[in-house]
Amino acid sequence: MENAAFQGLIGLSLAMYLWLISAGLTIIFGVLRIVNFAHGSLFMVGAYLTYTFYGPAGLPFGVAIVLALLGTGLLGLVMERLLARIYHIDEAYQLLLTFGFILILDDAVKIVWGGLFRIPPVPEFLEGSWPVFGRAFPVYNGFVIAVGIAVAFLLWAVFEKTWWGRIVRATAADREMASAIGVNVPRVFSGVFALGAMLAALGGAIGTPVRVAAPGIGAAMIIQAFIITVIGGLGNLKGAFVSSLIVGVLSAYGTLYFPVFELFFIFVIMAVVLLIRPQGLFTR
Amino acid sequence: MTGRLSRRAATLVALLVVALFLLPWVAGHYPVYLAMQILILAVFSLGFNLLFGYTGLLSFGQAGFFAVGAYGCAKILLAVPNLLLGILGGVAAAGVAALLLGILSVRHTRIYFSMLTLAFGMMIFSIAWKWRDYTGGDDGLVGVPRAPLEIPGVFTVSVAALDRYYYVVLVLSLVAIYVMHRLVHSPLGLTLQAIRDSEVRAEFAGVPVRKYRLAAFTIAGLYAGLAGALLPPLENTVTPPIAHWSTSAEPVLATLMGGIHAFSGPIVGAFLFLVIKDVIFRFTEYWLIWFGVIVVALVLGFPGGVMSIFEKRARAAPRDEEPA
Repeated sequence: MENAAFQGLIGLSLAMYLWLISAGLTIIFGVLRIVNFAHGSLFMVGAYLTYTFYGPAGLPFGVAIVLALLGTGLLGLVMERLLARIYHIDEAYQLLLTFGFILILDDAVKIVWGGLFRIPPVPEFLEGSWPVFGRAFPVYNGFVIAVGIAVAFLLWAVFEKTWWGRIVRATAADREMASAIGVNVPRVFSGVFALGAMLAALGGAIGTPVRVAAPGIGAAMIIQAFIITVIGGLGNLKGAFVSSLIVGVLSAYGTLYFPVFELFFIFVIMAVVLLIRPQGLFTR
Repeated sequence: MTGRLSRRAATLVALLVVALFLLPWVAGHYPVYLAMQILILAVFSLGFNLLFGYTGLLSFGQAGFFAVGAYGCAKILLAVPNLLLGILGGVAAAGVAALLLGILSVRHTRIYFSMLTLAFGMMIFSIAWKWRDYTGGDDGLVGVPRAPLEIPGVFTVSVAALDRYYYVVLVLSLVAIYVMHRLVHSPLGLTLQAIRDSEVRAEFAGVPVRKYRLAAFTIAGLYAGLAGALLPPLENTVTPPIAHWSTSAEPVLATLMGGIHAFSGPIVGAFLFLVIKDVIFRFTEYWLIWFGVIVVALVLGFPGGVMSIFEKRARAAPRDEEPA
């Protein structure tokens, strides 16, 4: 019983981690209607940048993360500007362009950081563990949970309480109408894409000390993000949060009780949700 | 729209086919090997494009059926060294898998269809990766023989030499290409295009839209299965990455490079994809980055694919079109 409760807590930290990966993807889809295949690559870039700023460069942990976010956000801006040139044609080509970004970023990372794994040290104040249910719960997992919840609250505040958030929601609901009443839609698109990129980078930054930065990690991440956003409903931020919780906790128990088919069952859940409620479990 | 080629196109195709048959005499092992890779990807992409370019359904799960074909063929060849049986078995297995998953997949269109096929493809990947007893897990299946072409009691032809296996791949690919050409110009192909252009109008005309989509999905699965089944005898091994979604991306990239609205688009795209990759690889191990740059430049420069350039030229000179 205590074992199960402890595993639930591990699942919660996994869930917050999944939430960070998928939040940006679902925001970008919700507003721009683009499935950004390169989202996992942005995650990877964020992870490597954090590694460099914090590890070799020796900057404070917080500063390293902020710099990595800014760098990745800038990269997102460049990608969005290129995508903007083909907004008017078939969405398949936008997808192909994001494929192109994956190829470029995967190799760029190898050229800059080499083909090796990079594991930055865990900051001192996040080392160690707490005794929970008679077992050792890593402080770092607690940190991930805290960041996940903070980001969820922040995004809610931005979209529900600020002027910019209202403009973004209006653009997501009807971009032509928004444009007609004077919203600068291209600028909203750029801003949203950069925000999504920064969220991916935050996932990478927080994830690196436990999940190593490696070339090709983007391909694994994008699949996880797809699963979460599909179950929660494409473009549904609240849904992404709830489905992260479900998938995170389920896969924590899955690895414990039926490790061999954990992956298989997660895709079964994804397919079943798509078949029964394609708009996602949490979209009315 | 009868599917008859113009005289110039027919001459070009005939010359190409002759050149492909002569290839092993004039070229070394490597170009022959590369040609096989191109033919396999061309068959894979043609099936994909029946679904995408002709029916309007973008699948991210084709690698799943490619893998079913490959694993099916490899399993059979490891048990019974008979090439025809292996390839037929692989194709049949992929066809059945596509039919069953297709019944579920064609309930949706657009992004939901894409996501559903992604999930199904990754399910097949996780089976290939984790079901160690049957699929060999991450080691895959090794030591797949390049078994002889054989009908017991009638004839046996060894194709163990690479040049001979090349002819197996070449003949089967050409047959597959010919059949697809007939198919897209048949009533079935035209109906699929009608569905792509307007689902509502097709339905009003009495077309059972879902059944036709299922037919396209199954045929695309059969083509993926054939492409997959041709691979293990060539490489002597099958491993789970061929089922991963990044393998599904290959026919997508090849087809979009060649152009989705031309029949030859996927074939030209497969050629470009592998030749560009091969050429860049000679200069640098970082071929992906240059390939990515080319993809980005192509998408921004020629969003209709390379074949759209020729199409435009053909439109400008209508005399080149087939006689009415």
